[in-house]
Amino acid sequence: MTEEPMRGNRRSFRHLPQNSTNSDVGPPAYQRGWSANIPSCNAQLFGKINLPVSAEIRCVVALAITCVWDSEVVLRGFSRNSFHDLKGCFAKHMTAQEVRLCGLLLQEHFGEVVERIGTHLLRGGAQNLRTIANETNTPLDLVKKSLCVLVQHGACEFGSGRRGPGSPVEYRASCERVLRVLRYPRYIYTAKTLYGDTGELIVEEVLQRGHMTMSNTVKTVADRLTHNMEEGRSMEYSEVVSAFSKLVETHFLQRCPPVAEMGTAATSTTPATPSTPAAPASTSPPTAESNPDCYKLPHVTLIGRGKRRRSSDDSEEQRGGKKAKMDSESCGDEGIYWLVNFERFHQHFRDQAIISAVASKLDQTSSEIVRTMLRMSEVTTTQTAAYTQPLSANEIFRSLPPNYSISRPILDQYLSLLVDDPMEFVGKSGDSGGGMYVVNLQRALANLARATLESVVQERFGSRSARIFRLLLRKRHLEQKQVEDFAMIPAKEAKDMLYTLLSENLVQLQEIPKTPDHAPSRTFYLYTVNQLPTARLLLQHCYKTVANLIERRLFETKENKRLLEKSQRIEAILASLQASGAEPEQLTEVEEMITAPERQQLEALRHHINKLDSTENQVDETVFLLESYIFSTKTK
Amino acid sequence: MLRKQRVSFSNNAGLKKIQNRNSGTRNKDTVIACWKQQPTHSADMAGGKGRGIAAFSFNIESLGLSRGNMPQTREGPNKLYPDVEFKPVPLKEGEDEDYMLALKQEIRGTMRLLPHNIKPLAGKGDVERYKERYQRQNMLDEEWTPDWQLFPKELMPQKKKLNVKPVGAKKKPIKVSSKEKADVLSKLDELEKKDVKSDEEKEEKKTTEEGEEEEIEGEELEEEELEEENDYIASYFEDGDDFGAGSDENMDEGATY
Repeated sequence: MTEEPMRGNRRSFRHLPQNSTNSDVGPPAYQRGWSANIPSCNAQLFGKINLPVSAEIRCVVALAITCVWDSEVVLRGFSRNSFHDLKGCFAKHMTAQEVRLCGLLLQEHFGEVVERIGTHLLRGGAQNLRTIANETNTPLDLVKKSLCVLVQHGACEFGSGRRGPGSPVEYRASCERVLRVLRYPRYIYTAKTLYGDTGELIVEEVLQRGHMTMSNTVKTVADRLTHNMEEGRSMEYSEVVSAFSKLVETHFLQRCPPVAEMGTAATSTTPATPSTPAAPASTSPPTAESNPDCYKLPHVTLIGRGKRRRSSDDSEEQRGGKKAKMDSESCGDEGIYWLVNFERFHQHFRDQAIISAVASKLDQTSSEIVRTMLRMSEVTTTQTAAYTQPLSANEIFRSLPPNYSISRPILDQYLSLLVDDPMEFVGKSGDSGGGMYVVNLQRALANLARATLESVVQERFGSRSARIFRLLLRKRHLEQKQVEDFAMIPAKEAKDMLYTLLSENLVQLQEIPKTPDHAPSRTFYLYTVNQLPTARLLLQHCYKTVANLIERRLFETKENKRLLEKSQRIEAILASLQASGAEPEQLTEVEEMITAPERQQLEALRHHINKLDSTENQVDETVFLLESYIFSTKTK
Repeated sequence: MLRKQRVSFSNNAGLKKIQNRNSGTRNKDTVIACWKQQPTHSADMAGGKGRGIAAFSFNIESLGLSRGNMPQTREGPNKLYPDVEFKPVPLKEGEDEDYMLALKQEIRGTMRLLPHNIKPLAGKGDVERYKERYQRQNMLDEEWTPDWQLFPKELMPQKKKLNVKPVGAKKKPIKVSSKEKADVLSKLDELEKKDVKSDEEKEEKKTTEEGEEEEIEGEELEEEELEEENDYIASYFEDGDDFGAGSDENMDEGATY
């Protein structure tokens, strides 16, 4: 910044950026009305938007990342403007990219009908049943079913209408809950690493069904586990119950929130009495946390073993399955449904990210220390805390895992190293008890997000542009000349890079007028980077990327539909032949029905689809990190 | 030659003066001082001041531009598929990622088979396709009734049992939307048959809309009903054949010609 005295009026020194084009992704004034699910945190340190390298789709996917390939772009022709799409006055906090991605996810998992209803709800805000049916031209029965499915999975919430308790019920869809579907594999895999196969299957069942009773879950999981075991062995219900209770104790599963009564008398006969008063229709539906019995296991005795499912008994098994459902109703936990607690998983992911960041920046021992600190403060830290509760060095020393036996002075040295680190993961909050230390959660998240942004710029524009970007992040406002000097890049190239970054909205230009008439000749033009709006921009890029990936995968599948069907049929034939004990010649004869070039084509297709799927999973990691950073800044 | 030079010099006089002022003087003081000498500059657009010479209304130097190297002007919208300068970073590989990939594909496949996956109404063909029976067997738990305690009442499908109908004994009560049966039943038998038939057709349409809430046997019954509604009769008669005289043996062998 120049130190010259400003000419003109001091009052004209405006601090708001004039030319910012990030307005479409700015924070809305009102964010959370209906959604009870708040994104929490977990991330990797250097989140890269990774792309497959296979020759055929490299360009395609890279272009998905450059965010030009979009159905809307074809109509409009300019890539930047596709972000200025805030639909309507109801859905303030849902951008077009989010809605598009939600639509694709709904379509893949729940079918086209639910997708139609869901996107309509997402775009239009709260609506009642009749409006939805009329505007989407769907028969009323299908609308009812779709709404049931959406409510079952927590993607949609209902409440009394705007005009008070007498008006028809209104439904509102929650965009972020639908986006969670993208992260299901990660949740299930985490449950597997923490609680083994049993935990994994429990979480998978509950995720697939939306919410389930405990007895139902236990039975289904036991059956599935038995199916995978050897002949003669089956899974005890008690083992599954113990895994289930462990999940509940560590808050990974929670009870469904009680339904807000809508002016009708409370008729629930559930043992879990709703804690919210039934008389006034609450404006916001109660969250799961508001129920004090949220994590209490029902007193149910489930004794039995899993049933093995045989193919010949399928039809009987189905009826047996229905009988089992009826049995569960007499199990005593009717009406108590369990959900997956996404926030707890997010907390876990966030902790994992911080620990791995410390491990890669410092060393293994310091990451163990941070892991101990986080583990000790798991129960005492609220969702939105900026930092954990202070822990004394004595406590940390006592709680270190036994295989990491370091002496006390070395622990103190490590702690002081952590405190002095510029990433500011750990802070010192006092001196009692040998030093009181906290883990700075918010600052850690901000630093992780910043590292992500820097790495994105580096991968897309080169290391010198990344240098300029980092410079602007640290020095806030710089003039053109200062950028060249500080970054030690020749003027022409620096100019080029700055303009490229400017055209991609990663860098903004701020005017500082010297005179009250804002004459362009007498105005300073400074380049600046604001971390939060840039993070939002990148998050929208990520959503668009995932949507493009899904569309490409659907396109590839559709293109090769005939071939895929043929291969599926041949596999079915082979399986049935093998089951009935055929000779090898027959098998090879069937296998030869697929010609060699077709086989190659199939192989290439599988490779592409796997790459696209894997990319979706990994982009979701970046999405998680950015979402949790943005959320953590909101609660300030 | 000289004349040309002079001409060019005079045309560019104003421009060169401006250039001399701007270029080489990076000092803000002189720049500001220069501009201060022309207080009316800010009001002039480029056309007015330079008399046709391109002049910018702001200080280009502050943005790092100069007359010599201006950035290229855009000649149209961005390319739909712009060139990518840097190769993207390869994906992370590892057993974690492989497992999550497998999970993802499995979840996608399983959720297609669940009853949560609502299919749009495919028009029912005349004949139930052979594969449909086996596809249906793959569906896990075809029926699903949510716990109505947690759902608003209006989402419940209307259930009313059919009244007894003279045509086509239905073995199991099929849940259909209610029609005004009371009025129909009170009419004469013939009228009742006609109305019930048309009601049946409407009900069958409704039952096809209900879709998953039907039993499989119910759908098969419907198929029979539909077939009964056709004009085709089980045996073929041509004009000139004896009505009913076709013996049973002939009928067993096939159509009579």
